[in-house]
Amino acid sequence: MFQQLNHNMGSYARFILRRDRFRLPVWVISLVLLTVVTAMSYTLLAPTEQDRAMMAATVANPAVTAMFGPGWGLDNYHFGAIMGHQMLLFTALLVAVMSILLTVRHTRGDEESGRIEMIRSLPVGRLTILSSTALVMFGANLVLALLTAFGLFVLGLEGIDWHGSLLYGASLGATGFLFAAVTGLFAQLSDNSRGTMGYSFAFLGLAYLVRGIGDVGNETLSWFSPLGWIVRTQVYVNNYWGPFLLITGAAIAFFALALYLNSLRDLGAGFIPAKPGRKTASPLLLSPLGLAFRLQRGTIIGWAVAMFLLGASYGSVLGDLDSYLESMEIIRDVLIVAEGFSLTEQFIPMLMAVMAMSAAIPVLLMILKVRAEESRNRMEHLLARAVSRTSILGSYMLLSVLAGFVMMLAAILGMWSAGAATMEAPLALSTISNAGMTYLPALWVMSGIGALMVGLLPRAVSFTWFYLGYSFFVVYLGALLQLPVWMARLSPFGHVPKLPVEEANFAVYTILAFIALVLTVIGFGSYNRRDIAG
Amino acid sequence: MTVIKTTNLTKRFGRLTALDQVNLEVKQGEVYGFIGPNGAGKTTAIRVLLGILKATGGQATVFGKDAWKHAVEIHRRIAFVPGEVNLWSNLTGGEVIDLFVKLRGAGNKNRREELVKKFDLDTAKKCGTYSKGNRQKVALVAAFASDADLYILDEPSAGLDPLMEQVFQECVLEARKEGKSVFLSSHILSEVEKLCDRISIIRQGRIIESGSLDELRHLTRIRVRVETRKPVTFLKDTKGVYDIGEKGQTISFQVDTEVLGDVMKRLSEAEIVKLESQPPTLEDLFMRHYRGVGGGQ
Repeated sequence: MFQQLNHNMGSYARFILRRDRFRLPVWVISLVLLTVVTAMSYTLLAPTEQDRAMMAATVANPAVTAMFGPGWGLDNYHFGAIMGHQMLLFTALLVAVMSILLTVRHTRGDEESGRIEMIRSLPVGRLTILSSTALVMFGANLVLALLTAFGLFVLGLEGIDWHGSLLYGASLGATGFLFAAVTGLFAQLSDNSRGTMGYSFAFLGLAYLVRGIGDVGNETLSWFSPLGWIVRTQVYVNNYWGPFLLITGAAIAFFALALYLNSLRDLGAGFIPAKPGRKTASPLLLSPLGLAFRLQRGTIIGWAVAMFLLGASYGSVLGDLDSYLESMEIIRDVLIVAEGFSLTEQFIPMLMAVMAMSAAIPVLLMILKVRAEESRNRMEHLLARAVSRTSILGSYMLLSVLAGFVMMLAAILGMWSAGAATMEAPLALSTISNAGMTYLPALWVMSGIGALMVGLLPRAVSFTWFYLGYSFFVVYLGALLQLPVWMARLSPFGHVPKLPVEEANFAVYTILAFIALVLTVIGFGSYNRRDIAG
Repeated sequence: MTVIKTTNLTKRFGRLTALDQVNLEVKQGEVYGFIGPNGAGKTTAIRVLLGILKATGGQATVFGKDAWKHAVEIHRRIAFVPGEVNLWSNLTGGEVIDLFVKLRGAGNKNRREELVKKFDLDTAKKCGTYSKGNRQKVALVAAFASDADLYILDEPSAGLDPLMEQVFQECVLEARKEGKSVFLSSHILSEVEKLCDRISIIRQGRIIESGSLDELRHLTRIRVRVETRKPVTFLKDTKGVYDIGEKGQTISFQVDTEVLGDVMKRLSEAEIVKLESQPPTLEDLFMRHYRGVGGGQ
C-alpha cells in the first residue's frame, strides 16, 4: 500500500531537483553565506571582549528581546552567544520563507496550474508529489544545516565550537523542515496556491508575534510558538537539544497529517472551501488609481511593516549607542564630526540614509509597475477604454510619491517608538522625523527617474535598480572607502542635508524637486507618444 | 455612415512592415469580418485603431476622428475584446467586469447579470483560477454589457466551447439588430460566414481580398472527394469546378455552391461509392491566392 501510494518517489524527487537546480542552491548558499559573513563581521564590529560586553549592555532591552529573542549568556557575550542571540531567529525566518515558497511551488502551485494532473496520469502514486517534496525539503534543509554548522565552525571564533555550530545549523534546518511541513499541510487545506501561501505566511507571522509577546512578558506563551522553541536551544551557551527534537518531531507530525489528508482528497480539491470573492467591484476599485492601488496594496503594506521593523531595530539599540560607538573606530570614521551633538545624533543621518534608500525600493516598484503591466498585456484593457495615458501613469506616479512618504513615516515611527522604549533621554519625535523626511525630495527624484524610464526607455527600466544600487554603494560606503565626493553627488541621496547635524537647506530641496519634476514631465510626454506593447 | 476608415495605413516595427497600405471601410450597422492567419497583422491593425500603436503612415479614423489623437473620446463609444485576455490573478471576474464597464463609461446592470448567466460565468472566482475560456468570457461580458456603438473583437471565440460560441454569436447578431457595428477579427471561416456582412482578408500585412460575402462567393467553395464505379469526365468542362485531381477511382475537386446541385446529379449517374465534402479552409484560400487561380491577383 505504502509503495503503491508513493510509487516513483525517488524519480519525482530527482525531477524536482532538476527543476530547482538553480533556485535551490542559490537559496541554500545565500543563507549559509549570510550566516558566515555576519559572524565574520562581528569580529570587525566588536573585536575585543570589552566591545562585546558593551554590545551586550546595548542589546539587553525589551525591544531587542521582542525582535530577536531573549539574550542568553549576556554576561559572557562571546561570538557564539552573539550569533545565537542576534542572528539565529532572523535567519530561521528566512529559512522558513525559503521552505514555504519552495513547498507551495511544488505542491499546490503545480496542482493549480494543472501540471500535477499530467504527472498523475503516469505511473505515479497518489502521495508521490507530497512525499517527494518532503524528501527534497528534508535534503535541502539538511544540507543547509551541515553547511551552516561547518561554515561557522571553520571560522574558529571565540565561543563558536563544533557542538554549538552543529546545534545552530540543525536548529535552522529543523525550522525550515517544519515550515515545509506546515506548508504541505496548508496545501491540503486550501485549494489554491495564493491561499496556501497566505495561510503559511500567516502562521509564520503569528509564530513570530506570539514568541515576541511571550519573550517579553510571559515565558509560557513562547512555548506555543515554534520560533519560541528555536531561541530556547540557547545555542553556544547551554546547547539544549530538546527544542531541536521538539521542532523535528512537530515537522514529522505535520507531514504525516498532510500525507493523510492528501490521501483522502480529490485532485484539485481542498478541505477549506475557497472563500468566494466579491461578485461585484467596490466603488473604490473603479478608476485607474483604484486599480493601481489595489494591485499594489499588498506591496505597500508589506514594505511599510518591513520599514517599521527596520526603524525599530535601529531604534532599539539607540539607548546605549553613545558609549558603544565611542569605542568603535570603524564607525567613527564614517560619522560627520560635529560639535554639540551626541554620537547617537550623529549616527542618525547614516541610519536614515540606509532607510531612505530601502524606501526607494517600493517607490521604484510602484512606478515601474506601469511597465510590468504592459509586458503582461494588461495595459490594453485600460487603454482600449476611455482612459488617457496621462491618467494611468499619473496614478502610478502618485502612488510612488505617496509610498515614499508612507515608508519614511513607518521607519521614523519604528525608530522613535523603539528608541523611546529603550533610551533614558529619548530623542524628540520631531528630530527623528526631520532627519527622515529630509530624504523625501531624493525619493521624488527616484520616482521621476522611474517615470522617465517607463516613458522613454521602457526596455531599460532595470537601469533604475542599478542606479539605486550605485546610490547605496557611494552614499553608504563612500565615506568608509574614502571615495571622491563627486561620486556621491551623482546620486540624489548624496545631496540631502544630513539632519539633525546639518541644517535643512531649502535651496537643495527645491533643486531636487525641480529635477524630479523635469524628469516626470519628460517621462509623461514620451509615454503619451510611444507605442504600447500590450 | 462610415464607422472605421483607414487610408493607406502602414505600421512598421523597425525593419518589419506589419501593416502595408491597408484600406478598410466599416459602415454603421454592419458586421465586418477581418480574417487572416496568425501573424498577418490583424492584432496590429486593431491596436492602431485603438490608438495603442501609432501609425507610421496613412490614416486611421474611427467615427470620423483620428484614432491616435482622439483615442479617449473614441473609446467612450467602443467595446473591445482582446485576442489574449490576461487578467489580474487577485481580482475576481466580477470585479474586472465592473472595472472595465466603468472605465469605458456607462453600462447596463441588468444586461450584465443576464450575460453572466448566459455565459455561465462564476464571477466570485479570482481571475488566477480561470481557464482561458473563462477569461475570454469575462472580456465578452464586459464588452457586451457596455452600451457601445462599435464592438472591436479580436479572435473573441478562441477558447470558447461550442455552446458558448453559440451564445457569443447571438450577442453579435443582437448588436447588429440594434444598429451597432462590429469589427470581428477571426481565423475561423465558418464563424465569419455566419456573422459577417462584409469581409477583408489580410496576409502579411496586406489586404488581399475585400468585399461582401456575395462578392467573395468563391470563399464558399466546397471541396469534394468522390469515388465512383463509372469514370467521370464531365468535370473538366463544367463551370464552377476547380482544382481537379484524380487518384485511381477517386476524384477530388472544389466546386462553387451554386453549381453543386447539378454536379451532384451528374455524379450520381456515375454511381457514387464514397463521398466526402468539406468546407474550404482559410488555407485553401491562401493557397489559391498564391497560385493565382480563381481571381484575386
